[in-house]
Amino acid sequence: MKTITADKIKKIIAQLCVKANLELRSDVLVMLKKARNTESSKRAKKLLGAIIDNANVARAEQLAICQDTGMPVVFLEVGQDVRISGSLQQAVNKGVELGYKKAWARGKSTYSPVVVHVDIVPGSKLKMTVLPKGFGCENKSLLKMFSPTAKIEEIKGFIIDAVKAAGPDACPPYVLGVGIGGTADFASLLAKKALLRKIGTRSSKIEADLLKAINKLDIGPMGLGGKTTALAVNIETYPTHIAGLPVALNFSCHALRSATATL
Amino acid sequence: MNDKQIKALKIFDEIKLSGVIYTARDQAHKRLVEAINSGKKLPIDLKGAIIYYCGPTAAPKGKVIGSCGPTTSNRMDKFTPVLLKAGLKVMIGKGGRSKEVIAAIKKYKAVYLLAYAGCGALINKYIKKAKVAAYKDLGPEAIFRLEVKDFPLIVGIDSQGRNIYD
Repeated sequence: MKTITADKIKKIIAQLCVKANLELRSDVLVMLKKARNTESSKRAKKLLGAIIDNANVARAEQLAICQDTGMPVVFLEVGQDVRISGSLQQAVNKGVELGYKKAWARGKSTYSPVVVHVDIVPGSKLKMTVLPKGFGCENKSLLKMFSPTAKIEEIKGFIIDAVKAAGPDACPPYVLGVGIGGTADFASLLAKKALLRKIGTRSSKIEADLLKAINKLDIGPMGLGGKTTALAVNIETYPTHIAGLPVALNFSCHALRSATATL
Repeated sequence: MNDKQIKALKIFDEIKLSGVIYTARDQAHKRLVEAINSGKKLPIDLKGAIIYYCGPTAAPKGKVIGSCGPTTSNRMDKFTPVLLKAGLKVMIGKGGRSKEVIAAIKKYKAVYLLAYAGCGALINKYIKKAKVAAYKDLGPEAIFRLEVKDFPLIVGIDSQGRNIYD
């Protein structure tokens, strides 16, 4: 049995909040640079350049990547052989308060209580992830309960239509997290978790097809046209009931921020 | 910005703005419109004013303001026609606007400009001075008076009612 103190967890959570808000994820930065190189529209190239510059300025000058420092969503994977001394819930909330102060977050706003998702896993490690979720994009999230006999084309259509409807409002280029299966609530959680997976790494045929279709919509960076409407589509799946097929979609703006540490 | 300058702007034009602008987002809009509707004196002069839809983060040491990019404009749509009638001339934000707002922009010969969305750290560089002008109790949603230099913007809706997203 390994013991981890609540105080240690608080400190790590605080550090993760700072890191996530000031340093854009490296996989996102790589995909932004790739997109800038493949864009043919001059304006789209320039806007992607501004987004990349923004990430560099944020890191160098310790400014939040976006003034919307998000609603912090914390994911914990707790090994079943870990014992936590002190209150885990308090440690997470206090860690977020401490971290957000250091990340120069919006003045008087309060950032706790946060949304926490806990998974109990085998082993004796504690994995902590902080995802500061901006609400311009969170507001575009959708859930649809499909019939179990729905065709894949219907599900693709639902996702593509949602991107069309979001248009320029939620800061494209987007990263789309999709959750298929489980229950209504669980599919929504899967969609959010899908945003944590590194983008541009592994990609199924459905993900690749969707990305291609979305990037033909000509929404582009800031909604002003171009080939880069989304940087990635990440789908997570789970078995479900024979009478249903939940599909949830979680939008991320181009500032997809998260940071992880393991004790 | 004077009327002649506003009239000369066309959608897709890229400009660099220098001068005084005021931030205002959801709660400040609500209060301004309530004040106008009840005939109270406004805390800022709206005649010819420029409003930036922005709620900045706190200023780190050595900086006048924190991260300060635009927020989604359409949440302000229900308040905007009243402010335009009261003299507001220029709005800065991100994303599209409602039909009613586009019609009001045309009617009052105003203009809507787009700032680089999701680039709050970069935009910090163009803000030279910042101080709270009204509604201090709103924290980041207070009205800030900003002095900006060479703030890069794109014309989103021009005074003739043309919309970049059409």
